[in-house]
Amino acid sequence: MEATMKNSIVAKSYRNVLIQFQSLIALFVLCFALTLLTDKFLTIDNAWNVLRQISVNICIATGMTLVILTSGIDLSVGSVLALTGSIAAGLLKNGLEFPSFNLYVGFTLVGAVVGGLVVGSGLGFFNGWAITRFKVPPFVATLAMLTMARGLTFLWTKGFPISNLGADFDHIGMGWFLGVPLPVWICGTIVLIAAFLTRRTRFGRYVYAIGGNENAARLSGININAVKVAVYTIAGGLAAVGGIMVTSRLDSAQPNAGVSYELDAIAAVVIGGSSLSGGKGSILGTVLGAIIIGVLNNGLVLLDVSPFWQQVVKGFVILIAVIIDKVNSKSDQ
Amino acid sequence: MLAVENITKKFSGVIALDNVSMELHAGKVNAILGENGAGKSTLMKILSGVYNDYEGRILFKGKTISFPNVRAAQDCGIAIIHQELNLIPYLTVQENIFLGREIVNAWGLLNKKSMRLKTEALLQRLKLDVDPETMVSELKVGQQQVVEIAKALQNDSEVIIMDEPTSAISDKEVEVLFGIINDLKAQNKTIVYISHKLDELFRIADRYIIMRDGCFIESGEMRSMNHDDVIQKMVGRKITLMRQKQSETSRSTELLRVENLCLRSLDKKGENVLKNISFGLAEGEIVGLFGLMGAGRTELVETLFGLHPKRKSGDIYVHGDRVSFRSPSDAIAKGIALVPEDRKKDGLVLGLDVRSNISLASLREFEGVVFLNNKRETDVAEKYIEELKIKTSSHTQPARNLSGGNQQKIVLAKGLATRPKVLLLDEPTRGVDVGAKNEIYKLILDLSMTGMGILIVSSELPEILAVSDRVLVMCEGNLTAELSREHATESIILKAAIPKSM
Repeated sequence: MEATMKNSIVAKSYRNVLIQFQSLIALFVLCFALTLLTDKFLTIDNAWNVLRQISVNICIATGMTLVILTSGIDLSVGSVLALTGSIAAGLLKNGLEFPSFNLYVGFTLVGAVVGGLVVGSGLGFFNGWAITRFKVPPFVATLAMLTMARGLTFLWTKGFPISNLGADFDHIGMGWFLGVPLPVWICGTIVLIAAFLTRRTRFGRYVYAIGGNENAARLSGININAVKVAVYTIAGGLAAVGGIMVTSRLDSAQPNAGVSYELDAIAAVVIGGSSLSGGKGSILGTVLGAIIIGVLNNGLVLLDVSPFWQQVVKGFVILIAVIIDKVNSKSDQ
Repeated sequence: MLAVENITKKFSGVIALDNVSMELHAGKVNAILGENGAGKSTLMKILSGVYNDYEGRILFKGKTISFPNVRAAQDCGIAIIHQELNLIPYLTVQENIFLGREIVNAWGLLNKKSMRLKTEALLQRLKLDVDPETMVSELKVGQQQVVEIAKALQNDSEVIIMDEPTSAISDKEVEVLFGIINDLKAQNKTIVYISHKLDELFRIADRYIIMRDGCFIESGEMRSMNHDDVIQKMVGRKITLMRQKQSETSRSTELLRVENLCLRSLDKKGENVLKNISFGLAEGEIVGLFGLMGAGRTELVETLFGLHPKRKSGDIYVHGDRVSFRSPSDAIAKGIALVPEDRKKDGLVLGLDVRSNISLASLREFEGVVFLNNKRETDVAEKYIEELKIKTSSHTQPARNLSGGNQQKIVLAKGLATRPKVLLLDEPTRGVDVGAKNEIYKLILDLSMTGMGILIVSSELPEILAVSDRVLVMCEGNLTAELSREHATESIILKAAIPKSM
C-alpha cells in the first residue's frame, strides 16, 4: 500500500514536470524533427533569423499576456503597431508642420522613437480608460481602437509607405550588438522585466488577483481600475516598440503593417498556457508559445510548404495546445 | 434501496473517501452528518454521477450500477440539489426546470404549453408564486432555491439528494420544503439530506449517517440521538461553547461611531436601503448584528468598508475622526477589515495559493523597493496558518483545494493581516462545520481580548447570543433594537427583526 502510494506520488510528480515543461518538450521535438528534415534549419544564421522575426510578436504578446491575465483582451495592438511605426517614421523623416503658425518642428532619432512610444501608450491608456470608466467590454473597446488606429495610420501616411529612414534608424531592427541581433536584445529585456513584474511585484500579484476574482480583489482594497488602465497602457506601449522594430527592419513604415498581429499574439499567449478567462498564465509560457509559432513558420517555409497550408497547420497547433491544456487541468482536479 | 460498498476516492493523492460503505433507506430522510471536509459532498457527487473515477461500487435496487455522467444518474432516478445554485440566470423558470429534458412535439419543436402546465403544477406544489416565464435572475435567492428543488422533482426521481437546501432560504420557505419532503417520504422516495443546521435535522431526519475525515463512522435512528451526541461523534471530541464573561475594563474607548447613516437604493429611486443608522463600537467589544434577509445587514458592513461611497450619506467616525472612505483601500488604511459573506464570490482568489490570498490585502507591507519579499510573506502566511489552524499541506496549495471552513479561515487571515482595529464579519460561519465554527468563535473572542472591536453579522440567533456583548437588530433598513447582552433574548430579537406589516 505504502509502496504503491509512493509510486503514484513519484508518477504524479513526473507527470507534473511533464505538464510544466510540455511546451518546452513540444518545442524540442519540433526542432529535432526539423533538423532531421532539412539541413537548413539548425544553423546559427537561421536561429538568429527566427529570433529576429519573432521578437516583434514576443513584444506584443508580452503586453497581451498582462491584459489576458486580468481576463481582458486587446485586439488593437496590430493597428497600434502600424500607427506608431508610421508616426515614428514620419516624425523622423518629415517632422511636424503647423502651416497656420508657420511652424516646423524637426525630430531627432530619439525624439521620433519616443513620439511613437508615447502615442502607443496613449492609445493603450485610452483603451483602459474606456474599459474602466464606462465599463465597455475589452473586446469591444479594443475592436473600436483597432479600426480607429488603422484609420489614423492611413490619415497620417496618406496611404503611402514612409521609406528611406536612414542607417541609424534601420540599425534598431537590423543591427547587432555583441553578436546578437538588436531586436533580440530589446525583446529579451522586455521579457525579463515583464517576468519579474508578474512574479515578484505587487502589481503582478494584483494582475493575477484581478483576473482570478475581481470581486475579491476589490474587497482586498486593490484599485482595480488603476491596474487595468496600467496593463492596457503597457500593451499599447509594447505594440509601439514592435511598430518601431518592424518599421526599422523594413526601412519603411507600411500603412497596412501589423494586420492580424493581435491574433498571433493571442495565439502565443494561449499556446503558452494562459487562460483566456484570466488569472492563469505566465510571461515565459508566452515566450515559449511565440517561439513555437516562429519555429513552425520558419520550418514550414524551409520545407517549401505552401503558405496556405502553413495557416492550416498553425491553426491546428493552437487548437491542440489548448486541448492538451484543458485535458491536463481536468485530470488535475 | 441505495447502498455504497467500499468506496474510495482520491484527489491528486489526497484521500477524500476512505473505504466508505453505507445504506440509504427508502421512505426515510437519511441525514448525512459531518464536518466540512468529511467527504459528504464528494460521496454525493459520486452518487449523482459527477465523479465516475472511484474504487468500490454502488448498489441500486440490489444491482451494481455505475454512472458515466450526471444524465445517466438522473435517468436512473437519482437527482441532486447542489449546495451552489445551478440555474441559468437569463433563462426563465420553466426553461430552467426543463433544461436538458425539454418536451418536444413530433416536429422536434418545443412543446411550451405542456411544459408551462407542468411547471405551474410543480410551482403550485412547492407553493412558489411566480410566473413560469419569469427570468431566474429576477428571483430572490430563496426562490431560486425552490426552482432548483422543482427541477429535481420534475423527473420523478427515486432518490433525491439535498445538499444544504436551506442555506439560502427563509424560515417560511423551509416549512414549505419540509412539507414537500414529508410528501416525498410518503411516496416511498429516498431522501438524502445534508445540512449543518442540527435543529433542522432533528426535525426532519429519520436516520443519521455520520462521516468524519472521509470515513463512515456510524449510522442509526435519529430519535436515539441528542444534540451533544451528534456533535461529539462528528468532531470526535466533546466541545463546549466557550463564551465566558469578559472584563468590562477596556470598554471606554470608542473605535467606531456611525451617525445617521443612509444608503440610497440602487434599483428603487428615492428609497433608502439603510435608514438613519446610528451606533457605536468600543474597543474589545463584540457587537452582533441580526436581521432577516434583505434587512440591510450586508449593505451596512459594505458601506462601513467604503464600498458604496456615492450612495451613502451620514457620518462615520473612526477613533473620533470623521472619515469618508472612497474605496475599501481607504477603509483598510484606517484599520477596518471586512470578511465578506460569500467567500467564493468575494473573499478568495481560488486559483491563487493560500499564501497569496492571505497577503492580498496587505501586500504593500511585503514590498521592498521594487520586489516583494517572499520570505517575509511566507512567514506571515505560515503564522496565520498555524494560529488559525488552517488545514493545508502547504501555503503553496491553491485556495480551491481547501474545504469550506479552511477557506473561511483564509479570508479571515487576509483581513487580520491588515492589522485592523475594527473587524467586520459578515456571516463568518456560513457553510462551515461545527468544529471550525467553534474555532472561529474562539478566535473572535481572542481577538476581542486584544482590543479589537468586532461587528458580527449573522442570521443564526444562537450564534449572535453566544458571542455578542451587545446585539443590534435591523429590519427593512432600520435599526430596530439595541440590546445589551443581559436583555437580549431570542423572542425580543425576533420581534424587532420581523417587519410590522407581516
